[in-house]
Amino acid sequence: MSRLGKITRRTLLVGAAVVAGGVAFGYYQYRKPYPNPLDGETAENEATFNPWLKIASDNTITVIVPRAEMGQGVTTTLAALVAEELDIALDDIEVEHGPAAYAYYNEVMTEEGPFPFYDESFTANAMRGAMKVAAKFLGIQGTGGSTSTRDAFEKMRLAGATAREMLKAAAAGKFGADASILTTAGGSVTDPVSGQSATYGELALAAAGLPVPDVALRPRAEWKLLGRSQPRTDMRAKVTGAPVFGIDVALPDMLFGTVKMSPRLQARPKSADLSRAEAMPGVVKVVAIDTGYGHGFGVIAENTWAAFKAAEAIEVDWEDASYPADEAGIAARLNEALDRRDGGSLRDDGDVDTAFADAPAENVLSAEYRVPYLAHATMEPMNATAWLRDGKLDVWCGNQGPTLVRQFCAGAAGLEEEAVLVHTTMMGGGFGRRIELDAALYATHMAREAGGRPVKVTWTREEDTTHDVYRPAAAGRFRARLGADGLPVALDMNIATPSVLKSILGRTFPSISPMGPDRLLSEGAFDQPYSIANYRVTGTEAELTIPTGFWRSVGNSFNAFFHESFLDEVAHAGKVDPLDLRRKLMADYPVALAVVEKAAVMAGWGTPLPAGRARGMAFTISFGTWVAEVVQVAEVDGAIRIEKVFCAADLGTVLDPAIVKAQMMSGIVFGLSQAIGQEITFADGMVEQSNFHDYDALRINQCPEIEVELLENAPRMGGAGEPGTPPAAPALANAIFALTGKRIRALPLSKEVDFV
Amino acid sequence: MTAGRGNSMKLTVNGTEIEIDADPEMPLLWALRDLAGITGPKFGCGIAACGACTVHVDGVPTRSCSVPVGGVVGEITTIEGLADGDTLHVVQQAWVDERVPQCGYCQSGQIMSAVALLDGDPDPTDAQIDEAMAGNLCRCGTYPRIRAAIKRAAAEKAKMGA
Ligand code: FES
Ligand code: FES
Repeated sequence: MSRLGKITRRTLLVGAAVVAGGVAFGYYQYRKPYPNPLDGETAENEATFNPWLKIASDNTITVIVPRAEMGQGVTTTLAALVAEELDIALDDIEVEHGPAAYAYYNEVMTEEGPFPFYDESFTANAMRGAMKVAAKFLGIQGTGGSTSTRDAFEKMRLAGATAREMLKAAAAGKFGADASILTTAGGSVTDPVSGQSATYGELALAAAGLPVPDVALRPRAEWKLLGRSQPRTDMRAKVTGAPVFGIDVALPDMLFGTVKMSPRLQARPKSADLSRAEAMPGVVKVVAIDTGYGHGFGVIAENTWAAFKAAEAIEVDWEDASYPADEAGIAARLNEALDRRDGGSLRDDGDVDTAFADAPAENVLSAEYRVPYLAHATMEPMNATAWLRDGKLDVWCGNQGPTLVRQFCAGAAGLEEEAVLVHTTMMGGGFGRRIELDAALYATHMAREAGGRPVKVTWTREEDTTHDVYRPAAAGRFRARLGADGLPVALDMNIATPSVLKSILGRTFPSISPMGPDRLLSEGAFDQPYSIANYRVTGTEAELTIPTGFWRSVGNSFNAFFHESFLDEVAHAGKVDPLDLRRKLMADYPVALAVVEKAAVMAGWGTPLPAGRARGMAFTISFGTWVAEVVQVAEVDGAIRIEKVFCAADLGTVLDPAIVKAQMMSGIVFGLSQAIGQEITFADGMVEQSNFHDYDALRINQCPEIEVELLENAPRMGGAGEPGTPPAAPALANAIFALTGKRIRALPLSKEVDFV
Repeated sequence: MTAGRGNSMKLTVNGTEIEIDADPEMPLLWALRDLAGITGPKFGCGIAACGACTVHVDGVPTRSCSVPVGGVVGEITTIEGLADGDTLHVVQQAWVDERVPQCGYCQSGQIMSAVALLDGDPDPTDAQIDEAMAGNLCRCGTYPRIRAAIKRAAAEKAKMGA
């Protein structure tokens, strides 16, 4: 690639940085672009304009979507950002994930810090800017935090727009015309005066070397693709069983394998007898795996089933776990943290202690809440394929962080990062599980012993369920003081849960210690748009070393249950309708109130239902998206049937309504699944659940009708993947209370009621 | 030893006879995926609890993870065998039209279950759909669109038949 090409990319990135709101310190280095990973990787007839776009002279237009497709539709929506500015149809482009590269770092993923999303104060915004700079330095190419679209929104439209102008400039030279009069459509540049026309493919090689002009992005009113539902680019592959997932990888002379890691998480083997496993038919080798993620064994075999059988035959005496061995011990650690209550209060309005000091007992409401550990249970079990030969390593896997995979696998193989190629496949579900590096890391360790042959390592469902990085258990003690009007004058939330952030940093960046308050402990509770005169939310870290991780909506997944269930208790205790309560407490937040009112209208809130039916409501803003949900339940022979869910969500700007609605529905089903029946428990230091018979999720026969409406009042763009999840559990619990008078303060709800 | 292998056996998959060398105890799923390279049927649980591995044996929806390959008698159809060249099966087309898949991992199993349902009952009620599909888990929560797609496919089939 020419020197001009480099200038091109710099200009582009500076453009992106300015749009993102430059910060004063570190600015020079921040804007220094990472190299275009496509340079030198293009075919003879192909030109790359920037890290997101290649155009070949045969008119093949390839858009790089450097985020992992796990069903959220990024391969469609992100491609549409480029296509919109490039005046081409989605049908006319090829979408590729592209290589692992720092150029594809996610600048929004670490953005929030200890501020509510709606906080537009100078400090909050300065912090967001600083977090973006930090993200650039870390250079993590990540899919998570419901950020893909927000992160790409400017960058990828700029990628398309600048390329379009360069193609026009090249055409201007060729036609002898002024670029400003040229038009673009259908993959060609046309001179409307002379009638001359040239395809992008004909112009690409000349255009890619031209300097990048400053461009203005098209205003929303001119969008043709964005804002409208597009056909998904991945549909056909997914209805024909095409081999698009990590587990489908097929390579010449490939071996197969599986792992058997310590069931006491991160404990080491004391002694092991591998002889029976090694002697089993089809087994090639049994190897020890010893990593920061865990300890155990890998079986390399001629087929997956032989590996599974042999793994069962490995006999090991494992060390004790570093955490309490059973549920009572875990509960004691949570209680200890609640008693200690020495974590930060990310919300502390008014004077809570004084407000309760003189409160008459009959005006004070208090309650304790609990939620268990949870597994991700992605539909596709963990797997990765690694091939180490001739001093280079190839790794195939569905993953949410390719640059991290590259870094870790290089370390495990004893190679430089340059010698490692990460092939990111589609994922059979992620939900936060596939940001972890264990599957790729273990496969790499096994590849070292595979004699230069590729090895595809597939975990059993049992291994997957018992070796997750779990959504942590959590507990809360809450109290409220009601005023004469029934509204809360004081709300005090004391939350205890282990730190997900610490757990993740411990396995991935042991040298970094977490700084400042950990928002994940209390997000979903401290950052909600309610005005209460005395309002405190404290999150205290419980000392539990069971590995935990990002689980769809993270802290919001339990704090929303705590906050919105307890608020419902407050409403009922004060004899205030839950909708009226929100009208009063959310008066300062019209975006919030609008989604609540919308969901209420959709559900017919306040209108009578036939006997044996009731509704419950909850609201959560998470990942920048404001969501209200109303759940309608019915009693059927003493059991609960979830009949309907009405959801109103405000993401600010909706780029593809059908995809966003599907994501909201998906999030709701995920939230209802945890609510009705999921629970990971421990005995003897081991996870007790193992497969879908004892760790199930919502089935089609339990699935309610779901209606989703999208609003666009919010000033900033929010995410889509996670925000549907948090309000589902509390809205359901609140509906069950409305129906039965039974207040359930622990998940899963199935411990108290049956579901049909 | 040429381990894990025992018997040479013949299977008819999607109308083609294939020969594999397999331990007869190996589940059909792994014989298809690892030995025959047919990866449309997916591995989800291995205990007949999720439906991701569903194939048809003589038209009967079967959890291939829980059937020993040595015991399979009959013609096997996998998701790869549904489309006629470039023309999708009416159920697959309904899946595209209703934009059913998210991650897509469960969908070959879902589609195989739905095809069998509609072959047996061209106009299933909601309750029959729920019953036939309850064994197919979807972690992405695509159920509302699965219901819609089954109804769409039923209507299309009725039109084609009429
Ligand atoms: S893999 Fe066969 S039913 Fe789950
Ligand atoms: S589409 Fe992802 S599991 Fe069903």
